[in-house]
Amino acid sequence: MGCAIQFDDVSVHYGAKTALRHVTLAVPPRQIFGIIGPANSGKTTLLKCINRTLDFTPSARMSGKVVVAGRDVAAACRSAKDWRNVYELRRRVGMVFPLPVGLPLSVYENVAYAPRRAGIHDRGELDALVEQCLRAAMLWDEVRDRLDLLGTRLSGGQQQRLTLARALSHRPEILCLDEFSIAIDPVTTMKIEDVLLELKEQITIVLVTNLVQQARRLADRTAFLIAGGLIEEGETEQIFSRPANRLTERYVNGEFG
Amino acid sequence: MNEPLEAKSAEEHDELREGQTARPVGAPGTPGHELFTATPVERWKQVAENIARFVCLLATLALIVPMAAILTYLLVQAWPALSFSFLVENPHDYMTTGGIWAPLVGTFWLVWISLLIAAPVGVLAGVYLNEYARDNWFTRIINLAVVNLAGVPSIIHALFGVGAFVMFAGMGRSLLAASCTLAVMTLPVIITSTREALAAVPIAFREACWNLGASRWQTIRTIVLPNSISGILTGVILQVSRAAGETAPILFTGAVFFSTLPEHGAGAFFPYGLGDRCMALSMHLFTLSTQVRGVTPALQYGTAVVLIGLVLAVNSLSIGLRIYLRSRKKW
Repeated sequence: MGCAIQFDDVSVHYGAKTALRHVTLAVPPRQIFGIIGPANSGKTTLLKCINRTLDFTPSARMSGKVVVAGRDVAAACRSAKDWRNVYELRRRVGMVFPLPVGLPLSVYENVAYAPRRAGIHDRGELDALVEQCLRAAMLWDEVRDRLDLLGTRLSGGQQQRLTLARALSHRPEILCLDEFSIAIDPVTTMKIEDVLLELKEQITIVLVTNLVQQARRLADRTAFLIAGGLIEEGETEQIFSRPANRLTERYVNGEFG
Repeated sequence: MNEPLEAKSAEEHDELREGQTARPVGAPGTPGHELFTATPVERWKQVAENIARFVCLLATLALIVPMAAILTYLLVQAWPALSFSFLVENPHDYMTTGGIWAPLVGTFWLVWISLLIAAPVGVLAGVYLNEYARDNWFTRIINLAVVNLAGVPSIIHALFGVGAFVMFAGMGRSLLAASCTLAVMTLPVIITSTREALAAVPIAFREACWNLGASRWQTIRTIVLPNSISGILTGVILQVSRAAGETAPILFTGAVFFSTLPEHGAGAFFPYGLGDRCMALSMHLFTLSTQVRGVTPALQYGTAVVLIGLVLAVNSLSIGLRIYLRSRKKW
């Protein structure tokens, strides 16, 4: 297997506004792939192309090709090799967005939501899965005694970790994290980062972050975007110490952005 | 820099701004003084606030007073006629004596059957329009039609009912035709209130579910409907009271001046076939007031009180249900 995700000349427009222009990228499997860039550089849009949640924005138009696990995402119905079933695609890609959304269900049901929809109803299996996901998201110790509490009643940081647990609950092959640590305290963030380093043995992680140092700590490869264009992509070590582009150098050193 | 307001921090304040005397900030003559005095803009703001509150209160009172007056007047006038037997007896002697059993049962069945037709169709249509339909010209035309249909006078619905159900569909003048006409009349409002209830559920919940690989229907069934059901039910129940009170739509489609019913046994509750004509409270009130001679006024007022009581009871049911369901709301 060559690469987990392949972007091939991908452009995205929202109406007249261009969000991504001609991005070509390959994300290798079982690594952490960091994406950095200033605001409005198309980082989130790039993630939305992966599991086709871009479809929910009526004005969005995408051109180019996105290949996930060897199957074309956009041309969902054209051939047997493509992702015919968009729900299956989304189950195999876990997404965490920066604004935490606790579903109006109990903590337990929040995490059990996706497995139930995928047809897992055995109570024991669900219990184990819920505990495993909550532990991975560093939330288990805080909610173990109150799994019946509404997910929406948790604090902002807890809800964000709940979102992370939920994204892991359908055992994705690819995990996309968009600013996952924005509402989480530094200590917990560090613990989750350790979990991510463990997880990358099994799954591919795409990490969008505004914390440049977080990308440096975690990512194996890093891509740098500005205004929808890919400026540079390469080994994290090389991006941070010997960037080929002057803009990259200035950004990672905190001189603009 | 709010801290220097306290006396003990006045010294620190001095250190921060050299050459300033150690008087409490905000006292007359000090630099902060003007911050704590109301400006003309703020005084006007107060006056405008009071005026606005008073006008709104006045409008509320103007609403309550006539309402209370009508209810009191009706109750006083109807008092001699009101009794249990008034409810469970048929009209007698060319409707000049007796009770209102037959029209009460008739209204009950008219409302139920029209609701059985309108509620599922209206709610499902609302779900489609809010959850599935894309924003294109077709959807916009449907929306426009729904809004306009809600504003159509009930007599027009009555004529439509005669054409569509009584004549074209061959139902004849019957309970079924009248219920269908009432259903068509209540449908647009049910659709609109359903859409509003659904739209009140944050879009973020739906996107979170879709991201987890849930289909639209799974999302609607597990998240959207459970959290909007109170609004939907309120809209539906409010239409019950409207259907119970309307005269015009049933006048030509299935209501009848007079028909007696058994007053005892099962036949008293299930007296009508779908093809029969029936009496109805609103129609009965109209008849008593304009068509029949020698009716005691108490009988007319009594009928009106029962009709209004029915509407109020249904409305309170809806309010109670809404409070109950809202207490279970999840965010």
